[in-house]
Amino acid sequence: MRTRALALRIIRQFLRDKRTLALIFLAPLLILTLLNFIFNGQPITPNIGTVQLPAPIIERLNSTDANVTTYTNQAEAKQALEARDLDAILSLTDGKPDLILEGSDPSMNQAILLRLQKVMQANTPTIQPNITYLHGKEGMSSFDYFGPVLIGFFSFFFVFMIAGVSFLRERTTGTLERLLATPIRRSEVVGGYLLGFGIFTLLQATLITWFAIEVLGMYMVGNFGLVLLINLLLTLTALTLGTLLSSFASSEFQIIQFIPLVIVPQVFFSGLFNLDAMAPWLQKLSYIMPLYYGADAMRGIMIRGESIGDIQLDIYILLGFSIVFALLNIAALKKQRAI
Amino acid sequence: MSNILEIRDISRSFHGRTVLQSIHLQVERGELFGLLGPSGSGKTTLIKLMTGMDRSDSGEIHILGEKVPKLSLLKRIGYMAQSDALYNELTARQNLQFFASLYGLSGVRRNERIDAVLRVVDLLDHKDKTVAAYSGGMKRRLSLAISLLHEPELLILDEPTVGIDPVLRQSIWQELLALRDQGTTIILTTHVMDEADKCDRIGLIRDGHLTAVDSPAALKERSGTTTLENAFIVLGGGVLA
Repeated sequence: MRTRALALRIIRQFLRDKRTLALIFLAPLLILTLLNFIFNGQPITPNIGTVQLPAPIIERLNSTDANVTTYTNQAEAKQALEARDLDAILSLTDGKPDLILEGSDPSMNQAILLRLQKVMQANTPTIQPNITYLHGKEGMSSFDYFGPVLIGFFSFFFVFMIAGVSFLRERTTGTLERLLATPIRRSEVVGGYLLGFGIFTLLQATLITWFAIEVLGMYMVGNFGLVLLINLLLTLTALTLGTLLSSFASSEFQIIQFIPLVIVPQVFFSGLFNLDAMAPWLQKLSYIMPLYYGADAMRGIMIRGESIGDIQLDIYILLGFSIVFALLNIAALKKQRAI
Repeated sequence: MSNILEIRDISRSFHGRTVLQSIHLQVERGELFGLLGPSGSGKTTLIKLMTGMDRSDSGEIHILGEKVPKLSLLKRIGYMAQSDALYNELTARQNLQFFASLYGLSGVRRNERIDAVLRVVDLLDHKDKTVAAYSGGMKRRLSLAISLLHEPELLILDEPTVGIDPVLRQSIWQELLALRDQGTTIILTTHVMDEADKCDRIGLIRDGHLTAVDSPAALKERSGTTTLENAFIVLGGGVLA
């Protein structure tokens, strides 16, 4: 009953704090929308200048989604390249193609080289391979690949911050001490926080997931309920970790200081970046990051349509993290009251 | 045993600085006992040891025959901290509902008690205001109301009247005296001399030492002075100007 009373109080406080409500529900949607625009935008259309190229090549180049401008001499084209009106210049020297790239943007370079390859290939027709996808589909954008990780990350980040600050405020305003002068058990305090925040994080997870899939049209072939489950487990981990770490902070500012220590490394190891190039022993660091497991499961469900059996290890580990953090939190409360 | 509180040889130090030095004290059932001393003398530390918020380096505290700290004991103690530990976003009633539930009150009984304590501290008309809109004095009264919710046998109040205007202070004291007359034991801290004068007995505390414990009249007589202020100086080992 005391756990319920504490949860009810947290919910009432939340409902009065409109700004925090907005942060927890609307901020993730705003950022996901922005990321959708960035990663899901129009394909890159390079500006290519040509110098005295035969008409068939220009025609083929035109058909590869590029803005082609013809120049009569190399010097004129170079001027345009330096003025950044062009991304590349294509000409012929002794019958061989000669490409000059502007070169600052790797993704642009890639796009131009790909087009050049297509133009060259057209000269010598090859056998077209038959392509099928085991997972995913043709034309899947980066957003579809990052998306599942981002959904997990935003749930994690915002809950971590808000739970940490709330619990800290409880301590600094003296209400925690007042609370512990009642016959409430330390485990009931932690349980009340889990229950009160848990309801909001469940709502948040539902909203973010629904928005990403239905409104932003993120690629999703798996079970919606499973996505919710993983998201909820991830936020529970964030909740227990946030309240635990707030015991070691003495001000809101010090909570902010946990971001580079706790949040940023998790982003690096969550699967947003490919870790294959990293030293193997460093890669193992990801095993201690809750977000790694959450992201792995989210991607598995949304892109590969994995079932609960495929992701059960992730579920156990996330649950394990939450339980360990909650127990540590109960122990840390001993600092406030001996029993 | 009529002693409701028994403190035996309590010492406490923080980072090598001694805050309390071998304190012995007994408080009887039904007493209004005051701990009088300047800020920094160790009053709040002693209070925190009584409620089990802090652990002593040596010595024992027994309350209502049980050794502190004990969870079940907290149900029989009403506590009011020096700072107003209230949830500012919530209304007074919501604050009371929360703490009442923690003390195991529910249903009709809970609402009765909430109305009763609000009447005691004269906040019945403001019960649905958020605490953020309360004045300092109103917050203090609400804190007192919370400590009375579960009708505790022992009330431990840390500076209950600090920051309250004289009229209200008087009414709170009337209430405290009435509670005592109904049998509630009250232990409070203060640094105001004329408040200490209203206590049945007072303990003078200075630099972590309990220098004297007696009724206000006896303390004045022992020190050969006419005011508690002078008694405090003389019994603390000082010299009157």
